[in-house]
Amino acid sequence: MIRVDKVRKRYGDVVAVDDLTFEVRPGIVTGFLGPNGSGKSTTMRMIIGLDAPTSGAVTVNGKAYRRHVAPLREVGALLEARSIHPGRSARNHLISLAATTGISPARVDEVLGMVGLSEVASKRTKGFSLGMGQRLGIAAALLGDPATIILDEPTNGLDPEGILWVRHLLKRLAAQGRTVLVSSHLMAEMSLTADHLIIIGKGKMLADVSVAEFTRRSALDLVYLRSPATVRLAELLARPGVTITPVGSDRLEIGGLGSDVIGDIAAEHGLPIHELTPHQASLEEAFMDMTRDSVEYHTTNEPATVGASA
Amino acid sequence: MSNQTSSTIDLIVPEMAPDAMAGVRVTQARVFRSEWIKFRTLRSSWLLLAVAFGSLATIGIAVNWSTILDFAHMDARELSHFNALDDSMVGFQLTQLAVGVLGILIIAGEYSTGMIRSSLAAVPNRLPMLWAKTVLVAALTFVVSVPASLITFFGSQRVLSSHHLQTSWSAPNVPRTVLGVALYLTVVAVMGVALGALIRNIAGAIATFVGIMLVLPGIAGSLPPTWADRINPYLPPTAGQALLAFRADTRVMLPWNGFALFVAYTVGLLGIAAFMLKRKDA
Repeated sequence: MIRVDKVRKRYGDVVAVDDLTFEVRPGIVTGFLGPNGSGKSTTMRMIIGLDAPTSGAVTVNGKAYRRHVAPLREVGALLEARSIHPGRSARNHLISLAATTGISPARVDEVLGMVGLSEVASKRTKGFSLGMGQRLGIAAALLGDPATIILDEPTNGLDPEGILWVRHLLKRLAAQGRTVLVSSHLMAEMSLTADHLIIIGKGKMLADVSVAEFTRRSALDLVYLRSPATVRLAELLARPGVTITPVGSDRLEIGGLGSDVIGDIAAEHGLPIHELTPHQASLEEAFMDMTRDSVEYHTTNEPATVGASA
Repeated sequence: MSNQTSSTIDLIVPEMAPDAMAGVRVTQARVFRSEWIKFRTLRSSWLLLAVAFGSLATIGIAVNWSTILDFAHMDARELSHFNALDDSMVGFQLTQLAVGVLGILIIAGEYSTGMIRSSLAAVPNRLPMLWAKTVLVAALTFVVSVPASLITFFGSQRVLSSHHLQTSWSAPNVPRTVLGVALYLTVVAVMGVALGALIRNIAGAIATFVGIMLVLPGIAGSLPPTWADRINPYLPPTAGQALLAFRADTRVMLPWNGFALFVAYTVGLLGIAAFMLKRKDA
């Protein structure tokens, strides 16, 4: 259980985290979403005490992280991937961390096996790919068999197979009853992995909702339809609250009706349908709508105005 | 390097056996052990220790060897200024750079690579890590410097004995100077740790170290003599090296007073480093 209570973090003039309050519960995967620079990493650093909040408090299992007698048993963290000395082997890296807390070398070999790095354990990490570095970071996070696991963008640099592995791993960890907080700037990734979402922008809380609730709230109900009978179908589907936008000659974009209803209506009238697709990108769009105002760096085409005053 | 490791990946997340968890907690002794593991698993550590040992053990002997080879050209005045002890221990000038860098690397190296995040996540109280690094660097420096000092001293006397220029262990101030080199180097290494922790950047810390230990006395030496004599004795390197002065020199502090001041500077710096480490974001 992680509790972030009215936390504010300022770096000079920049407010990185602004009055953030939330709880991360055990047994589920909680996705921590926000555009780049929204304060996700800063919040995660504050959870394990690397940064101190300017005001407010962060506790893990009821205490500040640094007050635990065996911090690695409480929280395992993967922050920026390269938190390793490249001249040291993967195994020695983990053994040195384990030694601080009296965790046995046998446990090190166990987690190395778990992340699939046993064969390269004695190699210096200098030659590791980004993905191998991430795996080593995950191994370090699991070292103390912690009740709480926080991972900052764990799928960065992983190949599709690796991404799938992380997704299953997170669900597995949550199913074991652990508290799992995982950050991402990609809604699509989180909608597949997380059960609950904490969405922030410019350091402020934007939403603290379950994925199901977020989906329900933000569903645009858009369905793509491809058919040689778009004109006839458009007539049949037209009703109050439904928007129908023709795309080209054989496609419709339908809002306000589920794909099942559309399919049934077409079948009733014996009209052919070649494709009927609920719009999957709607979550990503809803997320981007939500965070649009809080994106750190907008792209802009406006030329810079040169100030000239007398 | 191959990334084909996925065949061995499974989704079993092993939990620790309950008996393996008994007594799992951070202690100062364990943090020290962790620092020792970190130290001995990096090549640069051993390289610097080897440079420290080699420079201290051999440079004095080589210098004295050259004196013997040049003996025929030395006049009476040169011979009267010849100091068998100073020339034997002169290697410490280079050794202090090696052990200073050793101290700097043990902590600034972690900031440069990002390792510090892993270290502080494991030991979020932070200070046990700094103390462990300090004790480790001091102990290693001392353990390497004592035999190297003895080797250069006795080796040099053996070389010098061919022309009867040698001094002996029982001569006044000799044990204090020879073992003083090891003590001085130990404190220099701790100063490296303090600077590394404060500056958090290898290049910046080394530049500061060289500035304090090598450049400062040179600048003070360029001042008018009355000023120089008032400032120079109290500069960290001059004060520390007072312990190595084999004959009374009115321009430096008394040996143990000077060394005590040098220790005080270093402890002060380490205290500031500890305060900042605890206070600042990692």
